[in-house]
Amino acid sequence: MDFTLSKEHEMARTLFREFAEKEVKPLAIEVDETEEFPKATVEKMTKAGFMGIPIPKEYGGQGCDVLTYAMCVEELAKVCGTTAVIVSAHTSLCCDPILTYGTEEQKQKYLPDLASGKKIGAFGLTEPGAGTDAQGQQTKAVLEGDEWVLNGSKIFITNGKEADVYVIFAITGMIEKRGRMTKEISAFIVEKGTPGFSFGTKEKKMGIRGSSTYELIFTDCRIPKDNMLGQQGKGFGIAMHTLDGGRIGIAAQALGIGEGALDRTIAYVQERKQFGRAIGAFQNTQFQLADMATKAQAAQFMVYKAACTKDQYTKDHKTSYNVEAAMAKLYAAEMAMEVTTKAVQLHGGYGYTREYEVERMMRDAKITEIYEGTSEVQRMVISANLLK
Amino acid sequence: MNLEEYKGVFVFAQQVDNKVSGIALELIGEGKRLAEKLATEVTAVLVGSDVKGLADELAAYGADKVIVVDDPELKEYRTEPYAHALASVINQYKPEILLVGATAIGRDLGPRVSARVHTGLTADCTSLEIGDFPINPIPGKEQKHNQLLMTRPAFGGNTIATIACPDFRPQMATVRPGVMQKLEKKEGAKAVVEEFNPGFTPDNKYVEIVEVVKNLTDTVDIMDAKILVSGGRGVGSPENFKILDDLAEAIGGTVSCSRAVVDAGWKNKDLQVGQTGKTVRPNVYFAIGISGAIQHLAGMEESDIIIAVNKDETAPIFDVADYGIVGDLNKIVPMLTEQIKAAVANK
Amino acid sequence: MKVVVCVKQVPDTKGGVKFNPDGTLDRAAMLTIMNPDDKAGLEAALRLKDQYGAEVTVVTMGLPKAEEVLREAMAMGADKGILVTDRVLGGADTWATSQTLAGAIRNLDYDLIITGRQAIDGDTAQVGPQISEHLGIPVISYAQKIQIEGDSVVVERQYDDRYHVLKAKMPCLITALAELNEPRYMTPGGIFDAYKAEITTWGRADLKDVEDSNLGLKGSPTQIARASDKVRKGKGEKVALDPSESVEYIMNKLKEKHVI
Repeated sequence: MDFTLSKEHEMARTLFREFAEKEVKPLAIEVDETEEFPKATVEKMTKAGFMGIPIPKEYGGQGCDVLTYAMCVEELAKVCGTTAVIVSAHTSLCCDPILTYGTEEQKQKYLPDLASGKKIGAFGLTEPGAGTDAQGQQTKAVLEGDEWVLNGSKIFITNGKEADVYVIFAITGMIEKRGRMTKEISAFIVEKGTPGFSFGTKEKKMGIRGSSTYELIFTDCRIPKDNMLGQQGKGFGIAMHTLDGGRIGIAAQALGIGEGALDRTIAYVQERKQFGRAIGAFQNTQFQLADMATKAQAAQFMVYKAACTKDQYTKDHKTSYNVEAAMAKLYAAEMAMEVTTKAVQLHGGYGYTREYEVERMMRDAKITEIYEGTSEVQRMVISANLLK
Repeated sequence: MNLEEYKGVFVFAQQVDNKVSGIALELIGEGKRLAEKLATEVTAVLVGSDVKGLADELAAYGADKVIVVDDPELKEYRTEPYAHALASVINQYKPEILLVGATAIGRDLGPRVSARVHTGLTADCTSLEIGDFPINPIPGKEQKHNQLLMTRPAFGGNTIATIACPDFRPQMATVRPGVMQKLEKKEGAKAVVEEFNPGFTPDNKYVEIVEVVKNLTDTVDIMDAKILVSGGRGVGSPENFKILDDLAEAIGGTVSCSRAVVDAGWKNKDLQVGQTGKTVRPNVYFAIGISGAIQHLAGMEESDIIIAVNKDETAPIFDVADYGIVGDLNKIVPMLTEQIKAAVANK
Repeated sequence: MKVVVCVKQVPDTKGGVKFNPDGTLDRAAMLTIMNPDDKAGLEAALRLKDQYGAEVTVVTMGLPKAEEVLREAMAMGADKGILVTDRVLGGADTWATSQTLAGAIRNLDYDLIITGRQAIDGDTAQVGPQISEHLGIPVISYAQKIQIEGDSVVVERQYDDRYHVLKAKMPCLITALAELNEPRYMTPGGIFDAYKAEITTWGRADLKDVEDSNLGLKGSPTQIARASDKVRKGKGEKVALDPSESVEYIMNKLKEKHVI
């Protein structure tokens, strides 16, 4: 078991870190304040190849592994939670399912633009009545001739209004399963601008405020028959498998947020003087930092392990990574919440001001315990695996 | 190369548009000092077209001799004809030392010439001395005397190194403008003027000047400025920033400010130094009426020299200042500006 | 079109210098980077590749570790990387370094050689012009803009108060300023490809038309008499004098430090 990163991965980390410091960090406060989607940053990330890191080269991606992708999200999150989730949702929740379940035509049609970043991707599963209970879907898709007609709405969709390509889930019928009638759920690829596809309210959020979080509304929205993604009725499985991968991205985001807050705090406690010395000289501070650093390190190992396990899966589909992903997300999200909260406290009064950024990191951290499967859902996945 | 043959201190007398550059006069001053230690003379090498008339100015500032290389090919600076001129002078006259200004011209000409005549060149020297090499005798190694010892910063300014060129001649050094002192002008002083033209035949190394474009004065980004005159709330009012403007102009610096000043609406945010402003690392940072809150220090504590003026002796700025002056900025700053103007005018 | 770019791996002397507890410079803490002026030169070459399909070969002289900077260049898009490394080349001043690089470049086909103006460790700005002298080609230093016109380069050459627009026939050498452009980032895929590619390694024996007497420490006309690292400054002085004495104090310090 070799815990050292390869030279390539180290160089990739240097790349991501430099980009984050130079291009993303200076804008983080403004993005949070104005709640504006950082379009210019996305263009720069497109040029640098950050929008399709684990997508194969034949489809216009960078052809790297999931670990490299996770490191990218981590480094971005250290300076800006919003920018990190833009990459994560786009890559894991849209590019990945199309790559995994798409027909060759669908892959050729959508992946090159997505993987290059020319188009942004999003994932629409959640509805007003269907959060943790994803089966509570109400959005319907009815086949009329050569078209599926979609009706319904999705909420809390990341990259909402800025995306061009959406993976949407809808009920395509009722089927009998083990003596009961259950919803048959299928997946679809929907393009922005399709008549009948509009946007509702923009959510005003506690954190990741630059992320475009919107309601998607489908009113007799007609899409070509060929736009079903994967087999009819396999939608729920596609959603769950996709979320397994997405969890690794969010775990990386949470990891980065926690690490970023920790780094700032370490610098601050060495500069801030009270009672004639740096507050970092007090053992209370030191012990808290030790705990924060230990948890951040543990989270990093878990995130990297989950990423590497998914890479194994790419080679050998018999490998499963959903438990690793769940554990990584559960742990990293709770670590991020704890570390950012402590970071604000250790910054004292200054920590409460926007200027010092740790309060934003704390607000950003909270969502990682909720989306792409709440921490409760992660616990369900993990315990189900233990007690099977 | 017979080192004994090489005698004399030569200075490349840079001229632009047939005006002698200040660096040339500074190097003649330094060259004279070195020449005296070596019991020899200082010679200025004047290269250009229609430049004979400038020889008198060089003599007035201390040159014992002026060698003039005058040719139409030398009208505007180009690497090749100038390199040919200077290398030919070296081969003909064999100086033991050659000083060149570390300007955009000198830092291009110097290396090309040193490579042509196969000698050592030390760049951006901050001080020159005549001494021994090795500095302390080493058993078994010859200790040479009357060597030019060239001191310069390296490693991004984090190291000071002293360099010698014991086995090759001339010992070449480039020196930045403003480092050395020129001598008092002696009106009417005369130097021996000798003309020398090695002949200029354009070859593949000659480039064509298509256009000469002079700079308009631009506003300086505070992050590029070498000297910053920074004001805080202690300056009192936007009108009073005039005394900082005056100081900046006198010393060739740029005005910047603290966050309090920007928040008060006195100055624009692009002049703000600090945590949410810009991080600057100028050679000199004047902190005038700035208390030195931690957010401000984060933006300027890496400056080479920090000079703080504040009437509150407990102000935290004094913890990072190299030179802290407790006093009234309204009295000190204008007086300082006058003195600096006087000093600059005397140069 | 063939472009050769010389790059150097340097300690990041500008990126936040750290000091040991005793106040001395902590050299080990300095990360190594591609020299900024060189990176701009490389970006200029890559733009020629984008525009004219030029082939870009990157050459570096250094310890075996310098290979990292070649990989970085290739991850940005350079086609070939050449590492010149050999014990006998060590300790070289700018004369010996330029002799070494010229000796390596003589093995290559080139229309244009681009170097950075200066490295942030040596800070001499000498190697580029010296290489051009050894190869007998024209040099244009301090390039702030580069364009190609047929078989010539047209370059904006920066001076202290003006710039010249110069035209030179290729082959020639250009030294690049960091202000020349905004270098592109590596791409993640480019990094992995760069590490899969072959890097050519040359030693002393591969240098063409170079004498031993011009290489390494022994071949260096300039020698170090003494060197010492900066020590982190401790607390400064503080004075409380009347205004005219204060001004005199400041003036003395400014003169002492060569500010005026």
